[in-house]
Amino acid sequence: MKYIKSLMVALTVVLFTSASFADTLNDVKARGMLKCGSNTGLVGFAAPDDAGVWRGVDVDVCRAVAAAVFGDAEAMEVVPTTSKARFTILQSGEIDMLARNTTWTFSRDVDLGLEFVGVNYYDGQGFLVPTSLGVTSAKELDGASICIQVGTTTELNLADYFRMNKMEYESIPVETNDEADAAFLAGRCDVYTTDQSGLYAQRSTYPNPDDWVVLPEIISKEPLGPSVRHGDSKWADVVRWSLNTMIIAEEMGITSANVDSFLSSDNPGILRLLGKEGAYGAMLGVNNDFGYQIIKQVGNYGESFERNIGLSTPMAIARGVNAMWTEGGLIYAPPFR
Amino acid sequence: MNGLTLRNIFFDEKIRSILIQAFVVGLIGAGIYALVQTTSYNLDKRGIDTGFEFLKNPAGYDISLTLIPYASTDTHLQAYFVGLINTLLIAVTGCFVATIIGFTIGIIRLSSNWLFRNFAYAYVEATRNVPILLHIIFWYTVLLELPRIKEADNFLKFFFLSNRGVYSPAPILQDGMGIVFLTIIFSIIFAIIFNIWAKKKQENTGVQLPVFLINSGVIIFLPIIVFVALGMPLLWDHPVLKGFNFKGGMVIRPEFVAMLLGLGIYTGSYIAEVVRSGIISVSKGQREAASALGLKKNIVMKLIIVPQALRVIIPPLTNQYLNLTKNSSLGIAIGYADLVHGFGGISLNVTGQAIEIMAMVMATYLTISLTISLFMNLYNKSVQFKGNS
Repeated sequence: MKYIKSLMVALTVVLFTSASFADTLNDVKARGMLKCGSNTGLVGFAAPDDAGVWRGVDVDVCRAVAAAVFGDAEAMEVVPTTSKARFTILQSGEIDMLARNTTWTFSRDVDLGLEFVGVNYYDGQGFLVPTSLGVTSAKELDGASICIQVGTTTELNLADYFRMNKMEYESIPVETNDEADAAFLAGRCDVYTTDQSGLYAQRSTYPNPDDWVVLPEIISKEPLGPSVRHGDSKWADVVRWSLNTMIIAEEMGITSANVDSFLSSDNPGILRLLGKEGAYGAMLGVNNDFGYQIIKQVGNYGESFERNIGLSTPMAIARGVNAMWTEGGLIYAPPFR
Repeated sequence: MNGLTLRNIFFDEKIRSILIQAFVVGLIGAGIYALVQTTSYNLDKRGIDTGFEFLKNPAGYDISLTLIPYASTDTHLQAYFVGLINTLLIAVTGCFVATIIGFTIGIIRLSSNWLFRNFAYAYVEATRNVPILLHIIFWYTVLLELPRIKEADNFLKFFFLSNRGVYSPAPILQDGMGIVFLTIIFSIIFAIIFNIWAKKKQENTGVQLPVFLINSGVIIFLPIIVFVALGMPLLWDHPVLKGFNFKGGMVIRPEFVAMLLGLGIYTGSYIAEVVRSGIISVSKGQREAASALGLKKNIVMKLIIVPQALRVIIPPLTNQYLNLTKNSSLGIAIGYADLVHGFGGISLNVTGQAIEIMAMVMATYLTISLTISLFMNLYNKSVQFKGNS
């Protein structure tokens, strides 16, 4: 009986310790690698390229955090997650952070045990229709069949929007982007709805992108941002300021190409960001040059945007509301001091 | 027996086995307790609310296939019932289709005609060796290749076929339809009573009445006569292509049809084998003896073979019904709005109450399965040999 008792105690201890995540930063350091949850494949945000390397603005946030913690942007592994399983995977400790075009909402922030640390893309739900339908506004969609990806806020926004405008629709729920493609291209639905960024991504993969048009209406606010588990502020700070560093770097005009020339700058703000002055890295629990490493290896926010989803890419998304606040957009970071 | 010393108790076979069993049960109990405790502790620690309060909150999303009233302003509980009914709908219709396919193919499999027999054989082997998910996706893909909505095929004058489903006129009941329905019920009751009476008469006098002919005549023609006499109190709502879709009428969606075909054809092949094994299990002598008495072939089948075969068929058939019901949750792959899809998917994501919702969904499937088992077991009992064997 004695052994059994100690066995039970041991079992309980194992169960409890494996389920407690007091200090993610330490866990990540001990592992020597960041586990970053992202999309299963959304071009421009998180998708493997021809060589199998994950690329995208979300992946760049993961890389920035890895650069901050290890001084090596590649010391991370992308864990693909579905829209349905992403929160459970984060909560169970399988990943350290989630950077997967995830909308910051009240209930996710408060009720689901998540902590959003910022916004890396301001999105909104839109509609993609075939040009041949001749539709120019979402207000003309009464009676349409609409393909919709399940397990997202998309369904709720859609229901609200059609109720508000006293219109009817038939919802065709699909599980993944690929299924949505199949149903939409076959004409099972007239409209495909998801976040506009997703629509652009989807359209860029179609054989003839000009045959499809994204309607002007945005029916929801979708601030997409990285999140971590609630209750670990130290780790949340690391992720938050990794993202903020990218934004501040763009604001200051520092890019991965010219960052070295700023190391001897006269601007104290820049010297703080690059770790030449002050002990900001130490406060965060990482190397003091974390800002330099992020900019050098990942680049600033604007670089990441242009490289992955900008006008020169097949996605061809204009900066729009995702421009710097100094240029009339919403991208803004608190001061680095 | 030399006193109840501790040593004696331990070496007493009976007491020891009780002790060991109690210990195992206790260990399992402790394990479950630890699991529940850990889960609730961790949920609590991460600030996730638990409980079933969320069922009263508005669901907020729409479902297209609803057999009961539902709108996005209704509660998650209502969404649960919508999903449940959709699951039951596909389970019941699926079992029906699978049974018809299964019995037909199973009997053809034993046909003396080489072509028929081997066709059935090929069907069984080809279908049951392909995963069910592929069946469903295959049929869905095929149905998506039907004409687009603007080029919908018009057939039988009032029906339209497109890759958004089959559109047909919908009946609008007028005053007087109630009487017609009453007539139908009355006819069925009459048929049952007549059946019993005719059987008795045959037992007593040996005279056979054309029961099937009379009964089907009553059930079909009596309601029609009443219907016509009341001036046909029924209007039709015809589907009309308006804007994006047909308005009015009824629609059978491709998601449902794909599920029905996938589940029916796949499970049907298993049922065919069950039926075949049941018929083979009836010994040859039975058939020969019946023939020797001069009974016709279909009578032999109906009165001698099938009743005995059923005893063998029912238990594995129950299994197939259970499989089909559980497989219906694969509808999620093609967007069939069943329990797993709506309540177990969207509600779960909206509320984040994964454990509660999954527990409810699992309990529901368990209940459905146990109910099917219960009725099939009762039926099984009724076809078993009676008497003192």
